[in-house]
Amino acid sequence: MTVRVQAAAFDAGAELNAFAKNRTDVGAVVSFTGVVRDTDGTLQQMEIEHYPGMTERAIAEIVGQVQSRWALADVLVIHRHGVLPVGAPIMMVATASAHRADAFFAADYLMDYLKSRAPFWKKETTADGTAWVAAKDEDEAALNRW
Amino acid sequence: MNVMYFAWVRERIGLPQEEVQTEAVTVADLVAELAAREDRYAAAFADISALRVALDQELSDFDAPLAGVREVAFFPPMTGG
Repeated sequence: MTVRVQAAAFDAGAELNAFAKNRTDVGAVVSFTGVVRDTDGTLQQMEIEHYPGMTERAIAEIVGQVQSRWALADVLVIHRHGVLPVGAPIMMVATASAHRADAFFAADYLMDYLKSRAPFWKKETTADGTAWVAAKDEDEAALNRW
Repeated sequence: MNVMYFAWVRERIGLPQEEVQTEAVTVADLVAELAAREDRYAAAFADISALRVALDQELSDFDAPLAGVREVAFFPPMTGG
Protein backbone atom coordinates (compact mmCIF):
# COMPACT_ATOMS: atom_id res chain seq x y z
CA MET A 1 0.00 0.00 0.00
CA THR A 2 1.25 3.48 -0.87
CA VAL A 3 -0.44 6.72 0.21
CA ARG A 4 1.01 10.09 -0.74
CA VAL A 5 -0.43 13.50 0.09
CA GLN A 6 1.67 16.09 -1.66
CA ALA A 7 1.84 19.59 -3.14
CA ALA A 8 4.04 18.45 -6.02
CA ALA A 9 2.66 17.50 -9.43
CA PHE A 10 2.76 13.86 -10.44
CA ASP A 11 2.72 11.90 -13.71
CA ALA A 12 -0.27 9.56 -13.52
CA GLY A 13 1.01 7.36 -16.35
CA ALA A 14 4.44 6.93 -14.80
CA GLU A 15 2.87 6.23 -11.41
CA LEU A 16 0.60 3.57 -12.91
CA ASN A 17 3.49 1.90 -14.75
CA ALA A 18 5.58 1.82 -11.58
CA PHE A 19 2.62 0.44 -9.63
CA ALA A 20 2.09 -2.43 -12.10
CA LYS A 21 5.75 -3.16 -12.82
CA ASN A 22 7.24 -6.56 -11.99
CA ARG A 23 3.98 -7.98 -10.63
CA THR A 24 3.28 -11.53 -11.70
CA ASP A 25 0.61 -12.26 -9.09
CA VAL A 26 -2.12 -9.95 -10.40
CA GLY A 27 -4.39 -10.24 -13.41
CA ALA A 28 -6.03 -6.84 -13.06
CA VAL A 29 -4.86 -3.28 -12.45
CA VAL A 30 -7.53 -0.55 -12.31
CA SER A 31 -6.78 3.16 -11.99
CA PHE A 32 -8.65 6.44 -11.77
CA THR A 33 -7.18 9.93 -12.18
CA GLY A 34 -9.08 13.05 -11.09
CA VAL A 35 -8.26 16.16 -13.16
CA VAL A 36 -8.91 19.89 -12.61
CA ARG A 37 -11.98 20.49 -14.80
CA ASP A 38 -12.93 23.80 -16.40
CA THR A 39 -16.62 23.21 -17.05
CA ASP A 40 -17.55 26.73 -18.21
CA GLY A 41 -14.25 27.87 -19.73
CA THR A 42 -13.79 30.39 -16.91
CA LEU A 43 -11.63 28.56 -14.37
CA GLN A 44 -8.20 30.08 -13.76
CA GLN A 45 -6.97 27.75 -11.08
CA MET A 46 -8.04 25.41 -8.31
CA GLU A 47 -6.69 25.44 -4.77
CA ILE A 48 -7.02 22.46 -2.47
CA GLU A 49 -6.84 22.86 1.28
CA HIS A 50 -6.48 19.87 3.58
CA TYR A 51 -6.13 18.95 7.25
CA PRO A 52 -2.58 17.62 7.71
CA GLY A 53 -2.62 14.63 10.03
CA MET A 54 -6.32 13.86 9.71
CA THR A 55 -5.92 13.53 5.94
CA GLU A 56 -3.38 10.73 6.23
CA ARG A 57 -5.40 8.99 8.95
CA ALA A 58 -8.65 9.18 6.99
CA ILE A 59 -7.06 7.83 3.80
CA ALA A 60 -5.36 4.99 5.68
CA GLU A 61 -8.71 4.06 7.21
CA ILE A 62 -10.44 4.04 3.81
CA VAL A 63 -7.63 1.93 2.31
CA GLY A 64 -7.96 -0.47 5.24
CA GLN A 65 -11.67 -0.82 4.47
CA VAL A 66 -11.07 -1.78 0.83
CA GLN A 67 -8.31 -4.20 1.82
CA SER A 68 -10.68 -5.98 4.18
CA ARG A 69 -13.58 -6.07 1.69
CA TRP A 70 -11.77 -7.17 -1.46
CA ALA A 71 -8.79 -9.38 -2.32
CA LEU A 72 -6.18 -6.81 -3.28
CA ALA A 73 -2.49 -7.32 -3.97
CA ASP A 74 -1.76 -3.59 -3.72
CA VAL A 75 -3.36 -0.14 -3.43
CA LEU A 76 -2.02 3.29 -4.44
CA VAL A 77 -3.52 6.65 -3.44
CA ILE A 78 -1.97 10.01 -4.40
CA HIS A 79 -3.76 13.29 -3.58
CA ARG A 80 -2.40 16.78 -4.17
CA HIS A 81 -3.02 19.96 -2.22
CA GLY A 82 -2.15 23.59 -2.93
CA VAL A 83 -2.65 25.54 -6.15
CA LEU A 84 -3.35 23.46 -9.28
CA PRO A 85 -3.72 24.66 -12.89
CA VAL A 86 -6.58 23.64 -15.17
CA GLY A 87 -6.03 20.17 -16.61
CA ALA A 88 -3.62 19.04 -13.88
CA PRO A 89 -4.12 15.70 -12.17
CA ILE A 90 -5.53 16.29 -8.66
CA MET A 91 -5.37 12.73 -7.42
CA MET A 92 -5.23 9.11 -8.49
CA VAL A 93 -6.03 5.69 -7.12
CA ALA A 94 -4.84 2.35 -8.43
CA THR A 95 -5.76 -1.14 -7.30
CA ALA A 96 -4.19 -4.46 -8.20
CA SER A 97 -5.92 -7.81 -7.80
CA ALA A 98 -5.94 -11.34 -9.18
CA HIS A 99 -9.28 -10.61 -10.86
CA ARG A 100 -10.85 -7.47 -12.27
CA ALA A 101 -14.04 -7.33 -10.21
CA ASP A 102 -12.19 -6.79 -6.94
CA ALA A 103 -9.92 -4.16 -8.52
CA PHE A 104 -12.87 -2.25 -10.04
CA PHE A 105 -15.03 -2.34 -6.91
CA ALA A 106 -12.14 -1.29 -4.68
CA ALA A 107 -11.20 1.66 -6.92
CA ASP A 108 -14.85 2.79 -7.05
CA TYR A 109 -15.21 2.54 -3.27
CA LEU A 110 -11.94 4.42 -2.74
CA MET A 111 -13.19 7.29 -4.92
CA ASP A 112 -16.58 7.55 -3.21
CA TYR A 113 -15.00 7.69 0.23
CA LEU A 114 -12.03 9.90 -0.67
CA LYS A 115 -14.48 12.45 -2.06
CA SER A 116 -16.63 12.72 1.05
CA ARG A 117 -14.58 11.39 3.98
CA ALA A 118 -11.02 12.63 3.42
CA PRO A 119 -10.57 16.23 4.63
CA PHE A 120 -9.89 18.10 1.39
CA TRP A 121 -11.67 21.26 0.25
CA LYS A 122 -11.60 22.69 -3.28
CA LYS A 123 -11.64 26.40 -4.04
CA GLU A 124 -12.03 27.70 -7.58
CA THR A 125 -10.68 30.97 -8.94
CA THR A 126 -12.37 32.62 -11.94
CA ALA A 127 -12.36 36.21 -13.25
CA ASP A 128 -15.29 36.80 -10.84
CA GLY A 129 -13.22 35.87 -7.80
CA THR A 130 -12.90 32.78 -5.65
CA ALA A 131 -15.55 30.32 -4.47
CA TRP A 132 -15.44 27.15 -2.39
CA VAL A 133 -16.80 24.12 -4.21
CA ALA A 134 -19.96 22.87 -2.47
CA ALA A 135 -20.35 19.19 -1.65
CA LYS A 136 -23.13 17.51 -3.63
CA ASP A 137 -25.94 15.52 -2.06
CA GLU A 138 -25.27 12.72 -4.53
CA ASP A 139 -21.70 12.40 -3.25
CA GLU A 140 -23.03 11.66 0.24
CA ALA A 141 -25.73 9.38 -1.22
CA ALA A 142 -23.05 7.45 -3.14
CA LEU A 143 -21.70 6.13 0.17
CA ASN A 144 -24.98 4.27 0.72
CA ARG A 145 -24.25 2.10 -2.32
CA TRP A 146 -21.68 0.25 -0.24
CA MET B 1 -7.92 22.63 23.68
CA ASN B 2 -6.76 23.42 20.17
CA VAL B 3 -9.64 24.53 17.90
CA MET B 4 -9.00 24.47 14.15
CA TYR B 5 -10.95 25.92 11.24
CA PHE B 6 -10.75 24.98 7.57
CA ALA B 7 -11.96 26.30 4.20
CA TRP B 8 -14.69 28.98 4.45
CA VAL B 9 -15.00 28.48 8.21
CA ARG B 10 -11.34 29.55 8.52
CA GLU B 11 -11.92 32.51 6.20
CA ARG B 12 -15.03 33.73 8.06
CA ILE B 13 -13.40 33.51 11.46
CA GLY B 14 -10.12 34.86 10.15
CA LEU B 15 -7.68 32.40 11.68
CA PRO B 16 -6.68 28.77 11.15
CA GLN B 17 -6.52 27.70 14.79
CA GLU B 18 -6.52 28.94 18.35
CA GLU B 19 -6.17 27.68 21.89
CA VAL B 20 -9.54 27.78 23.68
CA GLN B 21 -10.11 27.44 27.42
CA THR B 22 -13.59 26.04 27.88
CA GLU B 23 -15.82 24.13 30.25
CA ALA B 24 -18.09 23.08 27.36
CA VAL B 25 -19.42 19.55 27.84
CA THR B 26 -20.35 18.85 24.21
CA VAL B 27 -19.35 20.13 20.78
CA ALA B 28 -22.68 21.99 20.60
CA ASP B 29 -21.86 23.76 23.88
CA LEU B 30 -18.49 24.83 22.45
CA VAL B 31 -20.17 26.09 19.27
CA ALA B 32 -22.60 28.16 21.37
CA GLU B 33 -19.67 29.67 23.33
CA LEU B 34 -17.73 30.52 20.19
CA ALA B 35 -20.75 31.91 18.33
CA ALA B 36 -21.45 34.27 21.24
CA ARG B 37 -17.96 35.80 21.04
CA GLU B 38 -18.13 38.04 17.96
CA ASP B 39 -20.05 38.49 14.71
CA ARG B 40 -17.41 36.64 12.66
CA TYR B 41 -17.86 33.55 14.85
CA ALA B 42 -21.64 33.89 14.76
CA ALA B 43 -21.46 34.07 10.95
CA ALA B 44 -19.29 30.94 10.73
CA PHE B 45 -21.55 28.94 13.05
CA ALA B 46 -24.91 30.34 11.85
CA ASP B 47 -25.96 27.01 10.31
CA ILE B 48 -24.27 23.99 11.84
CA SER B 49 -26.09 21.68 9.42
CA ALA B 50 -23.60 23.10 6.86
CA LEU B 51 -20.65 22.12 9.07
CA ARG B 52 -18.77 18.99 10.06
CA VAL B 53 -16.68 18.45 13.17
CA ALA B 54 -13.68 16.26 13.90
CA LEU B 55 -12.49 15.38 17.41
CA ASP B 56 -8.81 14.44 17.61
CA GLN B 57 -8.84 13.99 13.81
CA GLU B 58 -11.85 11.63 13.70
CA LEU B 59 -15.20 12.74 12.23
CA SER B 60 -17.74 13.16 15.02
CA ASP B 61 -21.08 14.77 15.87
CA PHE B 62 -22.20 18.01 17.44
CA ASP B 63 -23.72 16.19 20.41
CA ALA B 64 -20.47 14.34 21.15
CA PRO B 65 -18.80 14.92 24.55
CA LEU B 66 -15.53 16.88 24.69
CA ALA B 67 -14.05 15.13 27.75
CA GLY B 68 -10.42 14.22 27.02
CA VAL B 69 -10.46 15.81 23.56
CA ARG B 70 -7.34 17.82 22.68
CA GLU B 71 -8.11 18.95 19.13
CA VAL B 72 -11.45 20.06 17.67
CA ALA B 73 -11.79 21.00 13.99
CA PHE B 74 -14.72 22.67 12.23
CA PHE B 75 -15.08 22.60 8.45
CA PRO B 76 -17.61 22.35 5.61
CA PRO B 77 -18.47 18.99 3.99
CA MET B 78 -15.40 17.64 2.26
CA THR B 79 -14.80 17.94 -1.47
CA GLY B 80 -11.83 15.73 -2.25
CA GLY B 81 -11.26 13.38 -5.14
